[in-house]
Amino acid sequence: MPDATGLELVAAEVRDKFGDETVVGTHYYREAATLEVKPESARDVVGYLMEDAKEPYDFLASLHGCDYFPDEPRLSVHYQLLARERADRLCVKVRMGVDEAEVPTITDIFPGASFDERETYDMFGIVFTGHPDLRRILMPEDYVGYPLRRDFPMGGEPVIFTFNEGQMPRWYE
Amino acid sequence: MSETTDPLKIPYRERERSITMDRYEHEPPVAGDPLADDLESHEELFTINIGPHHPATHGVLRLLTTLQGEYVQRLVPIIGYVHTGIEKSCEDQEYWKVIPFVERMDYLAYYTNAAVYCRAVEQLLGLEIPPRAQALRVIHLELNRISSHLFWLGTSILDLGAMSMIFYALRERERVNDLFEMSSGQRMHTRYFQVGGCIEDIPPGWDEQVHNFLDDFPSRIDQYEDILDRNEIFLQRMKGTGIVSREELHKLSVTGPLLRCAGDPWDLRKAHPYWGYEQYEFGIPVGTVGDNYDRYMVRMAEMRESVKIVRQALERLPDGPYISDDRKVALPPRHELATSMEALIHHFKLVTEGFRVPPGEHYSSIESPRGELGCFVVADGSAKPARVHVRDPSFHNLQALPAMCEGGLIADMIASVAMLDPILGGVDR
Amino acid sequence: MEVIRQPLNGEGGGEDLRIRQVRARQLLRGELEGEDLERYVEERVLMTTLEQAQNWARANAVWPLGFGLACCAIEMITTLAGPRTDLSRFGAEVTRSSPRQADMLILSGRVSIKMAPIIRRLYDQMLEPKWVISMGACASTAGMFNNYALVQGADKFLPVDVYVPGCPPRPEALAYGVIKLQNKIKGQPDLGWRERYQSYGTEEQSA
Repeated sequence: MPDATGLELVAAEVRDKFGDETVVGTHYYREAATLEVKPESARDVVGYLMEDAKEPYDFLASLHGCDYFPDEPRLSVHYQLLARERADRLCVKVRMGVDEAEVPTITDIFPGASFDERETYDMFGIVFTGHPDLRRILMPEDYVGYPLRRDFPMGGEPVIFTFNEGQMPRWYE
Repeated sequence: MSETTDPLKIPYRERERSITMDRYEHEPPVAGDPLADDLESHEELFTINIGPHHPATHGVLRLLTTLQGEYVQRLVPIIGYVHTGIEKSCEDQEYWKVIPFVERMDYLAYYTNAAVYCRAVEQLLGLEIPPRAQALRVIHLELNRISSHLFWLGTSILDLGAMSMIFYALRERERVNDLFEMSSGQRMHTRYFQVGGCIEDIPPGWDEQVHNFLDDFPSRIDQYEDILDRNEIFLQRMKGTGIVSREELHKLSVTGPLLRCAGDPWDLRKAHPYWGYEQYEFGIPVGTVGDNYDRYMVRMAEMRESVKIVRQALERLPDGPYISDDRKVALPPRHELATSMEALIHHFKLVTEGFRVPPGEHYSSIESPRGELGCFVVADGSAKPARVHVRDPSFHNLQALPAMCEGGLIADMIASVAMLDPILGGVDR
Repeated sequence: MEVIRQPLNGEGGGEDLRIRQVRARQLLRGELEGEDLERYVEERVLMTTLEQAQNWARANAVWPLGFGLACCAIEMITTLAGPRTDLSRFGAEVTRSSPRQADMLILSGRVSIKMAPIIRRLYDQMLEPKWVISMGACASTAGMFNNYALVQGADKFLPVDVYVPGCPPRPEALAYGVIKLQNKIKGQPDLGWRERYQSYGTEEQSA
C-alpha cells in the first residue's frame, strides 16, 4: 500500500495531469489509500492510473458501489486498483448524488469490469455510460427498484410470534 | 427514485415473465449477424439454453450458447438465480451476526468468507489478533482449501463422465468434515472465526487427528493422479482445451488457480502475507500452457502445498489466548462472569448491542481457493455495518468463460466450466 | 487350510431342507391337500391390497431429481453420492437429470425470486406421483434471509411433503427425512409432534 506521502504524490500527479479540481480529496486510513475524484473524470483518472502513470496500477481488483445515506452526496463508486509488480493497492472513489448517478464506463480499458458495473447498476441505479450491455445481472430483468440503496426496504416477511397473535393480532405494526 | 409497484406484490405467475426465452438484442443468431456470415447454406446457428437446472453441480448457472454444429460461437453466462441479498441483510445485523451471513456466500470455502470479513473488521478496529488464533485460522483455512479442491475434483470429474472420482473425493472430504466437526461442532458453515480470533480453542486430541489425516492424504492424492493422469480419454479432453493467454486473463480480472495455470504466480499468501503466512514454507504451483489440464494439475499440487502448510502450522502452534483480549470486542471467558462485574457488563453489552466500530471504510483481501476474495466494510460508528461488499473471485472468473469456450466444442465447454470452478453462491451473493 | 462343513440350524438342518424340497414338489404335483395345503399357503403367500403393494413399491424406489441450489446441495450430494451416508440404501439409487423421469424433488438451497418460476416449471414437468422434500432452513422458510431476494419458504408455490431443518442438515438428517417420506408414501405417516404430545393451542395463526 502506498503510505501517506505516496498517496499525496499520486494525487499531485493526477492534479498535474487533469487539473486541480479533479481530485476532491485523499484519505489514508488504516494503511489503505483512497483518492477521491470527481465523477466525470473517473474514467480518465482510472485509465491514467492503470496505464500511463509513472507507477501504474494495472489490475482492477474490484468495482463496487456504496450508498452513504444520509451523508450527501449519497452514491459512490469505488475502484479498487492493484499493482501486481509492486504489490500495491489504491482505491479511487467517486461520489455523486442520486439525481446525477452517471459515471463513464471503464470496460474498454479493462474488460473485467463489465460484470461489476452491471452489478453496481443493478443494486444502486448508477448508470455507466458507454457500457456495451448494461442490464440487470442479479435481480430479474424486469425488477423495479435498486435494492442496495439505503431507502429500499429490506423486504421479507414479519416474524409472527404465535403465542398471543389471537389476542393481539398484528401487534408488530 | 419512486417505485410505483412493490415488486414483491406482483403475483408470481406474472413474475415468471422475467425469465425470458426472448432473444436479447445483442445476440441474434440470424442472418445479418457477423457470426452467420461464413456459414454454408446447409448450416445454421442454433441458440440453446444450458439452463439453470442442469446435472452438473456447479450451481444454477445459465449459459446461453449459440452453436454452429458442435462448435460454440458465442456464450453468454446469465447469473442471479441464487441471489440472496446477503449484502443487504448484513446491513441490518450486528458485526458478529454478519459472520453467518457472509459465510454462506461461497459455500464451499466457508472459512475464507468469514476470515476475510473478520480481517476487514479487525483492520477497521485496529485490532491485533493473538498468534495462536492466527495459526488456528491458517490451519482451518488450509484444511478448507483441501476440502474445497476435493469437492471440485469429485464433481468436475463427474461432469466429464468418470463417476468413480466423486466417491473417493467425498471420502476424504468426510474426514476433513470430521475434523471441522471436532473443532467447532458443525461440518459446514461453522462460525468458527470471530472478530478477534476464533470462537473457541481446539479440543485435546484434535492435532493428533489432523496428523493422522495429513499422513494419509498425500498418498491419496497420488492415487487420484494415478487414476486420472494416464487415462487417455481424460487427457484428450483436458489437454489443449480452454486455453486463454495470461494477458487476457489479466484483463478479465481473473485471479487464483485460473490465473496461475497460465503462468502468473500471483498469490496473496505470498504477495500480501497475513496471519503468519510468511513464516511457512510452501510453493505456488504454476502452469505453463494455460489449458484445462494445467488447471487440474495446479489444483492437485495446491492440495499438496496445503498439507505442508498445515503440518508446519501445527508443529509451531503457539500457546496463548485464542481470541483477542480486548473485552470490548470479544466475549469474556465464562468463568470470569462469576467474579468480575466488568466482565459481566462487557458480556451484556456485547450480547445485546454488539461492539461499535469507529467510522471509516476498508477493503481487505485474502486468497481463497478460487482467487482473491475481498471484503469491503463501511462502518458508521454504530453497532451495525453500513455496507458489506464481498469481492467474490468466482464472479470475476466467470467473465473468462466466453474466452475459454468460444470457438471450441460443446464438450470442451463442459470441461472448461468444470475447471473454472465457479461457486454460484459467491457469484450471486 | 482345513475346511469344515457344518449344516446350518444345528441338528436336522439338512433334513429340514429336504422336507421343504419334498413339500414343494408335492405342491407342484397337486399332492398336498387339506391342512397341509393350508399351512403351506399360509407360510408362503402374502395377502395385501393393491394400494399397499403399490405404495410399498413406490416408497422403496423414489428417484430424486438432481437439483441443487446452494450450500444444502453440497450436503445433498454427500448424502446421495457420499460413501458414508448413501441414499441408494433406501431406494434413491439413481439421480435422474430430467424431471420427467424423477419422482422426488429435493429442494436443497435458497429459493430466490428469479429461480422460483423455474422450480415451479420443473415441478410441473414431473409426472405423478411426485413428492417434494424441502431440505434446509432456506427452502422451508427462507432461513435467516428475511429479505427482498428470497421466496420466504418454498411452500408458497409448491406443495411440500417433508421439511428437513438444518443449515445445512446433516446427511443423516436428510436420510431421516427420506425415511419419513417413505413412511408417508406407505400410508403410515409419522405422527407430528403435536399429535404425539397432544399439544394444541400454539399453532400459527394465519395473519
